[in-house]
Amino acid sequence: MMRIRFWGTRGSLPVALTASGVRDKVIAALRAAAGRTFATDAELASFVDGLGLPVSGSYGGHTSCVEIETGGPDYVLCDLGTGVRPFGQKALARHGPGMPQTYHIFMSHVHWDHIMGFPFFTPAYIPGNRIRIYGGHEELELAFRRQQAAPSFPVEFAALGADIEFVHLHPGRQYDIAGLQVNLMLQRHAGDSFGYRFSAGGRSVVYTTDSEHTLEDAKETGIYVNFFRDADLVIFDAMYSLADTISVKADWGHSSNIVGVELCQLAGARQLCLFHHEPIHGDAAIDRVLAETRRYEEITRSGQPLLVTAAYDGMEIEL
Amino acid sequence: MDFSSQRFVDVVVAVPVGQIDHPNAESLQRALAPILEAAIPASGALVLDFSGVSYISSMGLRILLMAAKQLRAANARIAVAALQPVVSEIFGIARFNHVLEIFPDVRTALEHVSGPALAAYDAAAA
Repeated sequence: MMRIRFWGTRGSLPVALTASGVRDKVIAALRAAAGRTFATDAELASFVDGLGLPVSGSYGGHTSCVEIETGGPDYVLCDLGTGVRPFGQKALARHGPGMPQTYHIFMSHVHWDHIMGFPFFTPAYIPGNRIRIYGGHEELELAFRRQQAAPSFPVEFAALGADIEFVHLHPGRQYDIAGLQVNLMLQRHAGDSFGYRFSAGGRSVVYTTDSEHTLEDAKETGIYVNFFRDADLVIFDAMYSLADTISVKADWGHSSNIVGVELCQLAGARQLCLFHHEPIHGDAAIDRVLAETRRYEEITRSGQPLLVTAAYDGMEIEL
Repeated sequence: MDFSSQRFVDVVVAVPVGQIDHPNAESLQRALAPILEAAIPASGALVLDFSGVSYISSMGLRILLMAAKQLRAANARIAVAALQPVVSEIFGIARFNHVLEIFPDVRTALEHVSGPALAAYDAAAA
């Protein structure tokens, strides 16, 4: 069994729900209530839960950080966006600072939004913790040290108390890490990025973010399809519309919901999870993209249905 | 996928028929190439009659946008007409309704892109 827990799902930079955004949600909830009364808190909670995420909650605003719960003792994460701050707080609250833990972290790449949470990852400051940061980039360690160097941050990387090691991985090789079989794949993105496929107990999850999948080249498409083949879950960068990825945002290194559906269908994947949401999109806009993507899957379905979801901060998927 | 085209003064009306999926997208690209290279003058237009297109994939949409870039660079226009309901939905989901001119039928498209072409089209239909 694997459980995927999303701590940060936003692309490029973190965003926060604004006062007017909260106000809009309250208005929508009151309008939906239409004057009805609720006899118990449970009845009220049930009504609120039925309003749907854009009204009763939010997709959230932390940048990329995804946890893979393996059932083993070590923690496994993908990327160190701002979502790693609440993850670190949760881990500390669970174990306390006196119980050292091991954290395995797989980096898609070292652009700012994917590393900016690390200086706020409290376990990194605590001696005894072991942190292994894996990735395909030669500049992996440099990027982390540089973001904490003066004058950008008050605490130098060298001052971190945990035992931190950087481990270079290579596409085409298979690794056994924290009870997971790990493969990685070079992706199309400025400065390169890497997608990961994690497998254990007959279940597989693909984490492919900051990757521009064009489907233009049949050979390249075949490589991606094989990497996605029969995956139980594909966490997919669907930041832009297809029109944007071909026009004004061509070569910006991101993909669309439509290409996500097509690749997953070609690969026979079971679930597509839209990820790395465009920061200018509010909750309603992301929800609309989700509904449209489900419709596109329905239009194009020829075999088994592909379940389509959209990641939000706090979402869990059990495989 | 079947493909035919007809010239009306400074406009070429192209008529693909069938599904423009991944295997067929290249056929569309090959069919459009000579039209894009030589057949449309500056300030002219390509109108794609999609009344016979039942589906279009991302590859097909990509080819349309590449054609649009090529035509716009030559100061020409591109329009798509007579989308079937499902294809219209796909255009909306892909946000192609924001980057291409879309019209309910070929005649309306011609009204917008070229008066002489519209007159020739009406004359041919009479």
